[in-house]
Amino acid sequence: MYAFLTGPMLWLSFAICILGCAWRAYKYVKGLSWQLDRVAYGHYPDLAFKGAMKSIFHWLIPFASCSWRAKPVFATAFFLLHIGLVVVPLFLFGHVMIVAERFGLSWPTMPAGLADVLTILAVLAGVFILLRRFALSEVRIITTRHDLMIMAISLAPLVTGFVAAHQSGDGNGWLLAHIITGEIWLIAVPFTKLSHAVLFFCSRAQIGIDFGVKRGGQRGSGIVW
Amino acid sequence: MPEGIFCNKRPINTEEELKALLSDTRGTKYYEEMLSLEVDREKLWATIQKTCKSRTQTWLDVCARCGLCADSCFLYLVNDCKPEQVPSYKIQSTLGEMVRRKGDVDNEFMRHAMEVAWSQCTCCNRCAMYCPHGIDMGVMMGYTRGLLYSQGFVPWELKIGAGMHRVYRAQMDVTTEDWVETCVWMEEEQQDDWPGLEIPVDKEDADIMYTCNAREPKHYPEDLAEAAILFHIAGENWTVPSEGWEQTSLSMFAGDWEACKLQVENVYAAIDRLKPKRVIGTECGHAHRATVIEGPYWAGRPDGQPPAPYIHYVQWVAEALRTGKLKIDPAKRIKQTVTYQDSCNYIRNWGLAETAREILSYLVEPGYLVEMTPNKEHNYCCGGGGGFNGIGKFRPQRNKALLTKRDQILATGAKLVIAPCHNCWDAIRDLEEEYHIHIDWSFLKPLLIKMVIVPDHLKPQEEAGDEE
Repeated sequence: MYAFLTGPMLWLSFAICILGCAWRAYKYVKGLSWQLDRVAYGHYPDLAFKGAMKSIFHWLIPFASCSWRAKPVFATAFFLLHIGLVVVPLFLFGHVMIVAERFGLSWPTMPAGLADVLTILAVLAGVFILLRRFALSEVRIITTRHDLMIMAISLAPLVTGFVAAHQSGDGNGWLLAHIITGEIWLIAVPFTKLSHAVLFFCSRAQIGIDFGVKRGGQRGSGIVW
Repeated sequence: MPEGIFCNKRPINTEEELKALLSDTRGTKYYEEMLSLEVDREKLWATIQKTCKSRTQTWLDVCARCGLCADSCFLYLVNDCKPEQVPSYKIQSTLGEMVRRKGDVDNEFMRHAMEVAWSQCTCCNRCAMYCPHGIDMGVMMGYTRGLLYSQGFVPWELKIGAGMHRVYRAQMDVTTEDWVETCVWMEEEQQDDWPGLEIPVDKEDADIMYTCNAREPKHYPEDLAEAAILFHIAGENWTVPSEGWEQTSLSMFAGDWEACKLQVENVYAAIDRLKPKRVIGTECGHAHRATVIEGPYWAGRPDGQPPAPYIHYVQWVAEALRTGKLKIDPAKRIKQTVTYQDSCNYIRNWGLAETAREILSYLVEPGYLVEMTPNKEHNYCCGGGGGFNGIGKFRPQRNKALLTKRDQILATGAKLVIAPCHNCWDAIRDLEEEYHIHIDWSFLKPLLIKMVIVPDHLKPQEEAGDEE
């Protein structure tokens, strides 16, 4: 079981995640229509590139957009959750060791204490975002079961991973649960709203190009995000 | 009843049909018939499949339902933060449902969607600036309007408006003859005060071709006279086309994309015919958006540009002041508290916030300009954009929407609002009529004429003589 989950199933999960995301990005770009979208995508490559980068950058950096600044508490929770979900797993000692053992590839890791703190903060941020969904009427009205499921799928690997890492004695059950939930997460990415892992960049780039090429970019500022 | 006599899926293409629909006062029968208008579900789904491309699909799918768009929407704020006014909800419960149900929606759904599309969104695009995924609900609501229009679910006035463009290539029944007569009339009217002033019609190879909003020749032709006076003072070599002079597009508000194309192609044909060095549009936001920003795409121009450089009136004014073609008499600068209304369509959608401020730096004595909060790209819609101003059925909702601008203006303490956009100008006039806050509002042209230094050689002989 363990061998299967850390062997073929792990590779399959990664393959589904990566190929699935590539497919979604491909479908996105292929489905753009300059005339229906009313954006001259290919005609001003410099303005388009600048607009796309500006658009992505202002939203990837904490508090770099006016919207993040207007909602500092939510923005903080948002970044903590995403750091826990994306940055921590990449630089976690345990994860890097597995890659090093199997492929001989290695990169710097983060201290275990920091990883613990970031994981706890990410889980708390996730719970906060979940509670916010019900507390605020403007978010409650647009919340669907899909949104709740996404949060469950996202938090499960964090919680199980944290417990597994801190279990004294036989942590096999939690480790197994961590691997399974992690794989569910990977597989869910291309098929659910988690596809925003790649589509965020597509959509942000698109609106950046729209503002950069058409809606003001040619007269200097473009939009101030 | 599959289709009604007044309310149906057929666009208005003849003067007779137009007059018939106009005779249905306030659209009483039209809306009655709409209650039983059938939805052509197959056609709706086929249209969605053909036109709902990856951008819109992704926007619908990827919306994280985070609610950050809520506060960006002035209609949400002004309607006591009703959750139904959250932009994400508005689009998901209309277009989102249509797509999820593969077009299998009924009459009641479509009427509700119509109300949302035309009374709960002015397509001001402000939400696009506040969504982490860069989702522009205004763009999607515009698309939704197109789907609704194709099924006959469109407010009465906008069905008429789109029909006007189809029949007259103007938002009002101003014919070529009416237009040219107005030009001649205005030219004659002004010649006593402005010897040598001309409104040249169909002059080829001029430096400027001027286009306007049909409301000007129809209801306030003095606006055309003012444009002529300012071009005259600035010494511009300009012209107006006899055909293709109207640059607005109520069909854009209605979602009648075919009429949009017909309308804009008429203007572009005038550019091709007269070959001006560039084109200047009047003080109108949606006209600029229709003919300069979106128009090239309707007309199928892959570079997204009209056939000649085409600028908004504020761009010409800023340039004329900068280069000294127009000089302001320092003694006549505005010395009262004044504020400026940023129009969504050429500020947020064309990047002219700073250009407008440049003009104000010439017109207003330092210290007298008080900016609205928020302003520039972040400014709120006037309250009547996207066709909202003109729809009788949604007048109560529109009047409520005006409160945002009223309160923004009140907070500045200004008694004068400069609004170089017909739609904003109308909304501010209406809010004054509705709420009596004792303000004035003005386009740029009359202000400029009051303040500009007139070179001696342009003054009437007697007056010049008197001064000598």
